[in-house]
Amino acid sequence: MPDPILELNDIRTHFPVHEGFLFKRQTGTVRAVDGVTLKVQTGEVLGLVGESGCGKSTLARTIMQLLPVTSGSVILEGKNLTAGTTAEIRAVRRDLQMVFQDPFASLNPRLTVFAALAEPLLVHRMCPRAEITTRVAQLMTLVGLAPRDMRKYPHEFSGGQRQRIAIARALALNPKVIIADEPVSALDVSIQAQILNLLSQLTRQMHLSLVFIAHDLSVVKHISDRVAVMYLGKIVELGAAVEVIERPRHPYTRALVSAIPTPNPDIERTRQRLVLAGDPPSPLNPPAGCAFHPRCPHAQERCRAAVPPLTVLGDREVACIRAGEL
Amino acid sequence: MITPQKLPDATVTPAQLEPGHSLWGDAWRRLRQNRLAVAGSALLLVLGLLCAFGPLFSQSYQEQNLELGAVPPSAAHWLGTDTLGRDLFTRILYGGRISIMVGLVATFVALAIGVVYGAVAGFFGGKIDALMMRIVDIMYALPFTIFVILLMVFFGRNIVLLFVAIGAVEWLTMARIVRGQILSIKQMEFIEAARALGFGRRRIIFRHMLPNILGPIIVYTTLTIPAVMLLEAFLSFLGLGVQPPMSSWGVLIKDGAEKMEEFWWLLVFPGTVFSLTLFSLNFLGDGLRDALDVRTAQD
Repeated sequence: MPDPILELNDIRTHFPVHEGFLFKRQTGTVRAVDGVTLKVQTGEVLGLVGESGCGKSTLARTIMQLLPVTSGSVILEGKNLTAGTTAEIRAVRRDLQMVFQDPFASLNPRLTVFAALAEPLLVHRMCPRAEITTRVAQLMTLVGLAPRDMRKYPHEFSGGQRQRIAIARALALNPKVIIADEPVSALDVSIQAQILNLLSQLTRQMHLSLVFIAHDLSVVKHISDRVAVMYLGKIVELGAAVEVIERPRHPYTRALVSAIPTPNPDIERTRQRLVLAGDPPSPLNPPAGCAFHPRCPHAQERCRAAVPPLTVLGDREVACIRAGEL
Repeated sequence: MITPQKLPDATVTPAQLEPGHSLWGDAWRRLRQNRLAVAGSALLLVLGLLCAFGPLFSQSYQEQNLELGAVPPSAAHWLGTDTLGRDLFTRILYGGRISIMVGLVATFVALAIGVVYGAVAGFFGGKIDALMMRIVDIMYALPFTIFVILLMVFFGRNIVLLFVAIGAVEWLTMARIVRGQILSIKQMEFIEAARALGFGRRRIIFRHMLPNILGPIIVYTTLTIPAVMLLEAFLSFLGLGVQPPMSSWGVLIKDGAEKMEEFWWLLVFPGTVFSLTLFSLNFLGDGLRDALDVRTAQD
């Protein structure tokens, strides 16, 4: 296997909880991301799924160095981002870019498309000043926007077009890895496929690596090579996308997969769905042992005893001590 | 890795570009539809021009005519004269120069300090923010009049000092407003996007944050100018502001108030001009607030 381009080693992002007025005491810790280890290969699309609040977005922001990491390291092409100085991080930032969830909030309303795309080019001295207009036009064409609209403001575009602008902005710096945090969940269903196809096509064309975050398995299956399933700050299953989604091994992944609606109403009416009882536990006070055991239909006494590590099981890795027998 | 060769061919000529509609353009259109704001701006413009250029064509503001004394409005003296025979119209224009200058300079001082202070506190947050805002709270608690009297005692009466004193008090509110706005905008995704693109703090604050909170800043500024002019009038009324023979609207109103039983015009005309200015500024401020308000921006 070639060297991975992006490596996450036991990433933990915890948020202290303070209470009291004036003299604040730390009363607890939210373990939003709690020990994530992942490798992303060059040109690979890695899907990251999990329900709301499981730490997907926190993980994305930690990788991007937008949130301070509590422990662990983010390694991009052999360079440790978590240990670098501000200037070093800024230099490496070029290679690591992000597409945000809400295209209505992720673009500065006061900047034209031209200004938004030219700014990163100028700040990082990506090309001579005289060529800026051409480069912006090329970027816009690349993501399927008409260059003649470059003087327009974000509010003059539709949601899908705005997300294209955001993608163009992320591509402006020639990144090697793009983190896309639910890039289609704020868009109309009819537009989602267009943006997914664009991302998938750009990844191949530019030989990019993509970490694609979503809470919708059908979307992830469409675009990813591999899938990582997250539950309460930890990865519970990791493997080839088709394998994980068609033959899930972890009980939580099974429940997720069973929630995908089937297009055929006859099958949909009769098929058995696994419905999980209760809500996900609070990351402020996670259950002992396997975090999933209070909702797991297969839980046993020993599931409470210890946190199951992510272990290799055939073609994938699963964090469940009963995965082999089920 | 993308090399420029991998990017699709695309060239544009400026003629092909479609013009965009900026939020500022939309706000400007809405402002022009607000009749009170337009009338206010027109009146301010006329008053400003009169104060700036009017005195060039008339007699000096300190030219006395003791034999004439106080005369009511007439053809020779449109707004009458004061007890020393000085033309009131000319004195109002001269006073306007001082009052408007105090208003603008002190507001600019307040704006400059308040915006930077508030932006820094809001951007860095945490302990820095807490410390900076407690300082503001303490300054708020100082009684303004005593503060100014102390300044005057230590440094002597000086018109520059007046600007500084007023500016030093008015920036507090601006700092609070800017801090609050920065705190709320800091959470927006486009600020995270700017950080992810590796932009420096200064660029993020001044290019991405401040332009997006200019609305509240502009509105508060137009509302600060009349407040500052009132303060100057108040200080002059107490005898702490502008000294004779110079005049300001505050001084004129004070003099007029002392003599209003015999010479009504000495109070009525400066008072009217001052009130009209304050009304105009407030209408303009309200108009700007409505025009820049994002909630009304939908239509």
